[in-house]
Amino acid sequence: MIDHGKIEKNLGLMLVLVMFAISIGGLVEVVPLFFIKGTIEEARTPEGIRMVRPYSPLELRGRDIYIREGCYLCHSQMIRPFRDEAMRYGHYSLAAESQYDHPFQWGSKRTGPDLARVGKKYSNEWHVQHLIAPRSMVPESVMPNYPWLMSPLDTSDVGDRMAALRLSGVPYSVNKAEYDKNVKEFGADVAKQLHIPDAKKNLVEQAQTGKYDGNAADVTEMDAVVAYLQVLGTMVDFSKFDSDNFVKFR
Amino acid sequence: MASVAIGGSEQYNYDIVRKFTIMALIWGAVGMLIGVFIASELAWPILNFDFPYITFGRLRPVHTGAVIFGFGGSALFATSYYVVQRTCQTRILSDGMASFTFWGWQAIIVLAALGDVLGYSQGREYAEMEWPIDLLIVVVWVTYAIVYIGTLMKRKEPHIYVANWFYLAFILATALLHIFNNLAIPVSLTKSYPLFAGAQDAMIQWWYGHNAVGFFLTAAFLGMMYYFVPKQAGRPIYSYRLSIVHFWALIFMYMWAGTHHLHWTAIPDWTSTLAATFSIMLLMPSWGGMINGIMTMSGAWDKLRTDPVLRFLIVSLSFYGMSTFEGPMMSLKDVNALSHYTDWTIGHVHSGALGWVAMITFGTIYHLVPRLWDTKMYSTRLINVHFWLATIGTLLYITAMWISGIMQGLMWRAYDDYGNLQYSFAESVAAMHPYYAMRALGGLVFLTGMVLMLYNCFMTMSQAKGVASGDMAPQAA
Repeated sequence: MIDHGKIEKNLGLMLVLVMFAISIGGLVEVVPLFFIKGTIEEARTPEGIRMVRPYSPLELRGRDIYIREGCYLCHSQMIRPFRDEAMRYGHYSLAAESQYDHPFQWGSKRTGPDLARVGKKYSNEWHVQHLIAPRSMVPESVMPNYPWLMSPLDTSDVGDRMAALRLSGVPYSVNKAEYDKNVKEFGADVAKQLHIPDAKKNLVEQAQTGKYDGNAADVTEMDAVVAYLQVLGTMVDFSKFDSDNFVKFR
Repeated sequence: MASVAIGGSEQYNYDIVRKFTIMALIWGAVGMLIGVFIASELAWPILNFDFPYITFGRLRPVHTGAVIFGFGGSALFATSYYVVQRTCQTRILSDGMASFTFWGWQAIIVLAALGDVLGYSQGREYAEMEWPIDLLIVVVWVTYAIVYIGTLMKRKEPHIYVANWFYLAFILATALLHIFNNLAIPVSLTKSYPLFAGAQDAMIQWWYGHNAVGFFLTAAFLGMMYYFVPKQAGRPIYSYRLSIVHFWALIFMYMWAGTHHLHWTAIPDWTSTLAATFSIMLLMPSWGGMINGIMTMSGAWDKLRTDPVLRFLIVSLSFYGMSTFEGPMMSLKDVNALSHYTDWTIGHVHSGALGWVAMITFGTIYHLVPRLWDTKMYSTRLINVHFWLATIGTLLYITAMWISGIMQGLMWRAYDDYGNLQYSFAESVAAMHPYYAMRALGGLVFLTGMVLMLYNCFMTMSQAKGVASGDMAPQAA
């Protein structure tokens, strides 16, 4: 039998043993996920284009506002592989779909519905009205009103934000070599949106053509949030895969 | 402020313990008040008042930060400094460094709360603070570790007492979890992006999040329990051997359990299975702690009839046992398929937070205050009233959440005769309302008890000042 008294009388030994005991779990469960290839599924078009792309500048700002307001505390973004969730929300969420989400926003609670595939389910006008006054669209809702989203969007640092994300591994481009790589991986249209030097220009253009808040004149936080919500869950075209294609990754 | 003499000696630094005890009381009241308010916002959303700084989404982290780190954290600093000195029979390593941890910790709580309401958030539960605050936490925590470990090194008693094993594990684990979970690329002073993304980020967040519970809210408070229960009961801890076995098992197993927050999500199945397995096994060392604490009452059960402080301590261990049974059950994948995303999770959190963490802290502070201020408690009757308010408040809260949580889970998966979903999501929200109201009431009852405690303790402290100011001779304990 181990004489525990020896450990109790030797602080150094106790420190080493405690550090050892508390390190194993994380090493076994977390570290392998950075090395096992199937952790993030392959989702490409028949032509080899990656379906899941990083967020455009406008969508990224919308996501940052989503985080600022704590939306993830009431809304999840993770559909589970259950029949009732498939009926209510759509195909279960793939790891690939959130691979560029810094931080992940899978959520822990559904005070409100899951938003993983809310993109293009409701019109822009519905979203604007719902965000300004949720109970005007859903009388049973307990969501706060967010009228201040109609204020102007601060676009001054969108390039800096994309640059920081690029450092953490999101393939935004800063030069022609990276841009060309993105054209190969994501297609020409998407590659345009990922180019950091054009970030502000792209943001304004997307807000004006998208008319998310119904007003093409100025770019508001509402434009950004609606642009973000409208893209959620729309990137993977599940019709291009067999229905059980993604099971092998689980 | 000079140390008030206990037993006629200035051997230990009790000033730091008093400071942290006072702040534990204040953050407890503040944090619980915010909790009652946000619970009310869910029941009556008009309370958001179209005011960005008080929406549920911005206030919720203020609540969790104030109760976990403000109330719980201050109580842990207070008691760990108290226990390490008395069990090592030596003064803490450095008064100055300890004082720095006090002011630093309070600054962290305030800055975190300000950041939350202004929207400067990393978007990670229980780790919302942006990177400058995270760095401050590192500095304060390293200082704390130096003081604590340095004091242990100076010990006059060769054996390190069991309470200190738990505090030590808590300090080391918190450092490890905090550093890896908060790795980020800064954009500005108020904005950063976490280094990791998607599934890997989820694994790291819940490795952190569950072990914040496991080490900050469990192991550390077991350390508190291991000192204050035997002291208040006047009995030795039930089993030395049990304390050894459950300590090492607990700290080893907890670190594997985090992925039970991610069952059925886009993470590999094997991590989920491992987490569920370890979560079930974790029931044993957890109950080892409960048994060791409760059975310490062997030969002294009659004291529960007359001592409300002991009532708090022992009932808290019952809630601990209950929560550490419920948790493993909810970690089973099939149970989790129903419970995940529902209010049942919230109910489980609060049975642990109110029933175990808060109540063991209440008992401990009621034990400490008369000793630290060298006087008698202003009102023992009020301690008893507090006990009943705390117990009833907790039961109201968790019962409301059990009903609403299981109801939601069942409504979401209900089919009608045609094979369509029976309920719209909005219908499930409408069904929650009475339970949101009941939960807010439970929280209000609990908060009332907390306010009574604040009153009782501050009256005790003022009456002590009144006595001490005109009195030259040190009082016996």
